[in-house]
Amino acid sequence: MEEAKEKFEPVILAFCCNWCSYAGADLAGTSRFEYPTNVKIIRLMCSGRIDPTFILSAFRWGADGVLITGCHPGDCHYVQGNYMMERRFGFLKEALGHLGIEPERLKLEWISAGEGEKFAALIRDTTARIQRLGPSPLKAT
Amino acid sequence: MEEEPRIGVFVCKCGVNIGGVVNVPEVTKYAKTLPNVAYAEDNIYTCSEAGLSSLKEAIKERKLNRVVVASCTPRTHEPLFRSACKEAGLNVYLFDMANIRDQCSWVHMHEHEKATQKAKGLVRMAVARAALLQPQEEPELEIKDSALVIGGGIAGMTAALTLANQGFKVHLVEKEAEMGGNLRRLHKLYPTMQDTTEILEPTIRAVAIHKNIEVMTSTTVSDVKGYVGNFKVTTAKNGEKSEIEVGTIIVACGAVSYTPPKGLYQYGVYPKIATQLEMDELLRIGKIEPPERVVMIQCVGARKGEIRALDLAGFPKSDTARLLAKILKAKKEEGWPYCSKICCMNAIKNAILIKERFPKTDVIILYGDLRVYKEYEDFYSEAREHQVKFVKHLEEVPPEITQRPEGKLTVTAYDALSGLEMRLPCDWVVLSTPLIPHKDEIILARMLKIPISADGFLMEAHLKLRPVDTQVDGVFLAGAASGPKDVPESIVSAKAAAGRAAILMANKKMKTEALTSIVDEDRCIGCGLCEEVCAYGAHYLEGGKSHTIAAVCRGCGVCAAECPRRSITMQHFTDDQVLAQVRAALMEEA
Repeated sequence: MEEAKEKFEPVILAFCCNWCSYAGADLAGTSRFEYPTNVKIIRLMCSGRIDPTFILSAFRWGADGVLITGCHPGDCHYVQGNYMMERRFGFLKEALGHLGIEPERLKLEWISAGEGEKFAALIRDTTARIQRLGPSPLKAT
Repeated sequence: MEEEPRIGVFVCKCGVNIGGVVNVPEVTKYAKTLPNVAYAEDNIYTCSEAGLSSLKEAIKERKLNRVVVASCTPRTHEPLFRSACKEAGLNVYLFDMANIRDQCSWVHMHEHEKATQKAKGLVRMAVARAALLQPQEEPELEIKDSALVIGGGIAGMTAALTLANQGFKVHLVEKEAEMGGNLRRLHKLYPTMQDTTEILEPTIRAVAIHKNIEVMTSTTVSDVKGYVGNFKVTTAKNGEKSEIEVGTIIVACGAVSYTPPKGLYQYGVYPKIATQLEMDELLRIGKIEPPERVVMIQCVGARKGEIRALDLAGFPKSDTARLLAKILKAKKEEGWPYCSKICCMNAIKNAILIKERFPKTDVIILYGDLRVYKEYEDFYSEAREHQVKFVKHLEEVPPEITQRPEGKLTVTAYDALSGLEMRLPCDWVVLSTPLIPHKDEIILARMLKIPISADGFLMEAHLKLRPVDTQVDGVFLAGAASGPKDVPESIVSAKAAAGRAAILMANKKMKTEALTSIVDEDRCIGCGLCEEVCAYGAHYLEGGKSHTIAAVCRGCGVCAAECPRRSITMQHFTDDQVLAQVRAALMEEA
C-alpha cells in the first residue's frame, strides 16, 4: 500500500492570470527553477474570470488538485478582479467540503510577475501535499 | 454556415531549448491524432523567417482555419505569430499557443519522458480550445478633436496651451474666479528665486487670448458621461448648467498645502507660528519685523504613517522615561504617510529669502531627513553659505513649543546625534507642511471612475510605464493631481498628458479591445450584479436588461464569472473554451 501511494502522480490544474501569475510561471522557466511535471496551466486574462464551474468541473473530470493564482491584492491589472475571485474562493472551499472533496485540494495564491521562485515552490509544495492526500475521492468511485 | 475546424499544429524545437528535453517529433505525431487537427509539423525555430513562411504556406495550402503553435510564451511571441496568421489571411483570434518551453522544457530539464507527456497534454489543451475559437473584430471608435482640462493652475494651463497650439479645441474649467492655482499664493520659486508672476502672468495671458481655448472660470464639472472619444461633460457656473462634448479629458485639479489642525505645534494658538506658504506670503507683503531667530520644522503632518521604532540605547538614561511618553504621544498624532518632496526645497527657499532680507537673523531648519535631490543639492549648499543651520533632530519626539509672556517662543527638540535636549528661543516658528490631495479629487475620481491611491491622490495607470495615463481610456493626469510636484515637474507632466491626449485626437480613430463581454438578453434577468462588479462601468441596465459598452469593457471577464444566469459571454475566453481546456488537461493520453 505504502509503495502504491509513493508512485501516485497527481493531476493538478493551475489557473493563472495573464498579467501576474502566468508571467511568474514564465519567469520560473527563464530562471530554470525546476518543479514537478504534474501541473498544467490554463491562462485567463484575470483571476476574476474564474467561474466556480471551472473548478468544480475540474474535480468532476478527475483533477486531484486545483490551483488558483492571481495578482497580489492591489496589483490587479483589472483593478479588483482578484478580490472578486477571493470572494468566490471562500464559498468554493466550503462547497468542496460538502461534496466530500478535501478543501486542501484547492489553493489560492497571489504571485507577481517577479516571483518565479515562489511559483516553482508553490508547485513543489502543492504536488507534495496532493501526493500525501492521495487520489481525489471522486476518482475512486 | 460555420466551417469545420481545420487546425494546424506547429511544434517548435527552439533549437535545443525545447528539443533537448521534449521529444518534439513524438509530440507532432501525437498532435496529428487529435480531433480537428488537419496538419502538424515541427520546426527548429517556428519564429524564424523559415518557420513563419512554412506556417503561412501551410495555412494557405492546407486550408487551415485555426493555428496552434507549441513553443514559448504568448506574452512575448503571440503578436509575432498572430501577424503571420494575418498575413496568411487568418483572423488573429483563431490562433492559440501551447507554452511547452517556459512552462515545460525549462522547468523539467531532467525529466525528458515526463516533460514529453506534459507537452502532449499542453498541445491537446490548446487544440481543444482552438477548435472553439471564433474570429473577433476590433471595433473602431471616432475620437472628437476637442479636450476638457479640469483645473487652471500651471499644469492645467500648460496642458491647455500644448493642445491648443496643436490645433485642438480646449475647454479649460477653473473653479476659482481667476486662473493660476497655487502659484497665485506663492512669491518666489526655488531654486531660481524667480518671482512667480514672471511665469504665471505670461501663461495666463497666453491662455486667455488663445483662439482655441475657451476658459470657464468660477465653473465646476458636475457630471461626466460617455467614454474615450465621446465624453459628455456637464459644467456648472453659479448653478447654471451647460453641456460640452469632448474626446479627451485632462485632470489637473492640483493639490493643496496642508494646514495643521489648531494646536499641532501650537499652530493657531500662538500668533507667530506659520506654515511655509504663509511665511512666503508674509515675506511678499513685507509685513515682518527683523527677527532674531526663525526655527523651521520639517515634515509637519508628513511621513507620519510609519514612525520608525526608536533605539533608545544611546540616550541619556535620565531622559528615557520622558522620551517614551513623548513617542507614544507622537504615534497618536495623525499625519500623511508620504514624503511630499517639495517641502525641503521650499524651506531652504524661505530660509535664504529671510537671510537675504535680514542677514543677522539666525535661521535653523530642524529636519529628520533632508531630501534635496538632483540640482537641489547646490541649493542646499547655497543655504549653507548663507549660514542657514541644518539640525537633524529626533523626529520621533516632536519638538515642543512654548511662549514666554513677552511673546518670544521657545522650541524644545532633541538633537539626533547627541540625543541631548536643545532649547531654541526664537521669534517665528515655520512649519513645513506637505502638499495633500484636494477634496475635489474624490468627487472627480468618482465621476471619472479613476481609482485613488493609498495616499489619496488620483492614481496613474502604471507608476513607471504609464505615469500620466489613467485606467480610463482618454483621461489623463497633469500636475499635482497624481501626487506632490513642483513647477517644472508639473509642466513636464502637463506636456506629457497633452501629448498622450493628442495622439488619440490626431488619429481621429482608435481601435478598442476585441475581447469584451456580451450579454444574452434572452437569458438576462436584469439583476444588475454585472453592473455592480464591473470596475470600469462597462455594464448598464436598460429596459430590465444588462448591456455592455464595448468601448469601455477591458475584457477581464469578472462579469461572466459572476452572472448567476450565465447570460454573459466573455469573448475569446468563453466558458466552453475554458472548459474544453480543463477537460483536455484531465484526459489520459491515448
